[in-house]
Amino acid sequence: MAKELLKGNIAMAEAAIRAGLEGYFGYPITPQTELLEWMSERMPALGRAFLQAESEVAAINMLYGAACTGARVMTSSSSPGISLMMEGLSYIAGTEVPVVIIDVVRGGPGLGNIAPSQGDYNQIVHGGGHGDYHPIVLAPASVQEAIDLVVLAFDLAEKYRTIVFVMADGNIGQMMEPAELPPMRPIKSEYPHWAVRGAMGRERRILSSIYIDPKDEEVTNYRLMQVWNQIQANEVRYREYFLEDADTVVIGFGTAGRIALSAVRAARAEGIKVGLLRPITLSPFPAPQIENLIQRVKGFLVVEMNAGQMLDDVLKVVKGRVPVEFYGRMGGMVPFPDEILAEIQRMSREDIPLDGDPRQRWMKRLAPVIHWQN
Amino acid sequence: MDTTLSAQIVYQRPQSLTEATMHYCPGCTHGIAHRLIAEVMDEMGIRERSIGVAPVGCSVFAYNYFDCDFVEAAHGRAPAMATGIKRLLPDRIVFTYQGDGDLASIGMGEIVHAAGRGENISVFFINNAIYGMTSGQMAPTTLPGQKTTSSPRGRDVETMGYPLRMAELLANLDGAGYVVRRSLHDPKNIRMAKKAIRLAFETQLRGLGFSMVELLSTCSTNWGLSPLESLKWLEEHMIPYYPIGDFKVADALKEIKL
Ligand SMILES: Cc1ncc(C[n+]2csc(CCOP(=O)(O)OP(=O)(O)O)c2C)c(N)n1
Ligand code: SF4
Ligand SMILES: [Mg+2]
Repeated sequence: MAKELLKGNIAMAEAAIRAGLEGYFGYPITPQTELLEWMSERMPALGRAFLQAESEVAAINMLYGAACTGARVMTSSSSPGISLMMEGLSYIAGTEVPVVIIDVVRGGPGLGNIAPSQGDYNQIVHGGGHGDYHPIVLAPASVQEAIDLVVLAFDLAEKYRTIVFVMADGNIGQMMEPAELPPMRPIKSEYPHWAVRGAMGRERRILSSIYIDPKDEEVTNYRLMQVWNQIQANEVRYREYFLEDADTVVIGFGTAGRIALSAVRAARAEGIKVGLLRPITLSPFPAPQIENLIQRVKGFLVVEMNAGQMLDDVLKVVKGRVPVEFYGRMGGMVPFPDEILAEIQRMSREDIPLDGDPRQRWMKRLAPVIHWQN
Repeated sequence: MDTTLSAQIVYQRPQSLTEATMHYCPGCTHGIAHRLIAEVMDEMGIRERSIGVAPVGCSVFAYNYFDCDFVEAAHGRAPAMATGIKRLLPDRIVFTYQGDGDLASIGMGEIVHAAGRGENISVFFINNAIYGMTSGQMAPTTLPGQKTTSSPRGRDVETMGYPLRMAELLANLDGAGYVVRRSLHDPKNIRMAKKAIRLAFETQLRGLGFSMVELLSTCSTNWGLSPLESLKWLEEHMIPYYPIGDFKVADALKEIKL
């Protein structure tokens, strides 16, 4: 299939359809709405289920029911909608049924705005719903990668019977880029052994997240943790850029990672030995890769479009062994490559302390940038 | 003349019920409602293509008692979950079983929209005017003046609002094909309830839209009455507020003679 100019939201929707999507349930919210609109046209035309739900609460619970049939199903939303879905996520996790969810993240907290952001990292990567569960979270940095990750998301969801998020941001969703869609896969013809589809000529099946005896619930939690261990061992994905001889490594995902790459290239042109680690799976987190880098780098610069949500995960790995700096823009603001370049240049000039709080240092540096008046 | 009589079975467990012993309190009408639904499933031969959605409430374990595929929803979300299933499997019979807290309070959004969409699902709504499972708090269907653990001086409509008549409310929606209220307090009403359950499933089979049977029920445990007193209380207090009746019956159903 040839490359075409595609808008991120539509590309992700069409990729899901071609991955064999059988049911979509969603609620309009900018900057994700084109995805839902595309589904509203395409899914019925293909004889597949599309429904605009009355709320994200309903959408996620429709998705939950649909997932219980063993079909490939998904929803999409943006940050405030994802907040509303937390109840359903916990139930889906507890029932161990596969679903794919696309979050086109926008500025927050609250109603915030519709500009690109990465403020949903914590609510997705570190739960949000009650109980112990770990979704897989994939973060694309281009339209092509968004397409590829949506397809992968379905395979991973089914392989591990888990929730897989594609966490894009308003930028990926709204941007147009040349990209190639995958070929159309047929809808599956066989359904898993646990699927609830009517007890025709077989024992009845029950799908539930209740284990009323805590002993059973503990065993279930243990099983979930074992699956999570396997996911951590096998599914970490990331991209490396200029890491071979880098003494400073920028870590950034999605749009922030992409902008950081421009900055890294510019710094390289100035002779600064800097590289980029771009996590593609935010969960499982590429902790082993960071651990390996600690042995040979002088410092890390974490770049995000939030107040350092992934930073905490990096700090947990680094454990004060090398300096870590942070640069973030918040609330729907997107950093320019120059801002990140300036951070890289500064790190190559200055001695960065091992102790202290990188977030506090960043806030001091950011104050004049945002014209903070106190 | 031969005087021996051959043994005849007149009453047995419906095939659509499992052998599991129900956990409901003695005298609880949840058991009657289960049995009626199972009898109708047997009679219609739909057990193998039915999928039930259990609520959060005393009937949270309904899936242990019905011998068909089942899923367990979050509190109030059964209609949404049923929608997801029905949209993926339109030729299956999908039904929810929900209490008044589940359906009329936390799940109000989901039930209204399922009815509004004319979702082809059947809903069995157990109105016992109280939150049974959490031991007796006020429900949206608790009667004015009724004492509960969270309306200890009786429901004061000035501050706690008025009870909701769900059957009347949902019957107003164009998507509703069959919406009626029945009661489980005596044999005559139980027989009427069974017919209504049958018609609800028939509505779904014929693609006539959303169907709901509200079943007035007792909760002796949390009402603080004996099972017998509870049946009387239902008749004397609930029926005047929640009249038994047909609030929406699609024309195509009117020809069905049961
Ligand atoms: C989100 C959520 N909120 C509250 C509860 C606690 N809860 C469980 S059952 C219930 C009320 C059930 O009452 P009803 O639906 O009337 O069913 P009944 O037990 O009377 O049959 C409540 C409030 C819960 N499980 N989940
Ligand atoms: S608490 Fe009430 S509703 Fe629940 S099983 Fe007992 S009698 Fe039935
Ligand atoms: Mg109740």
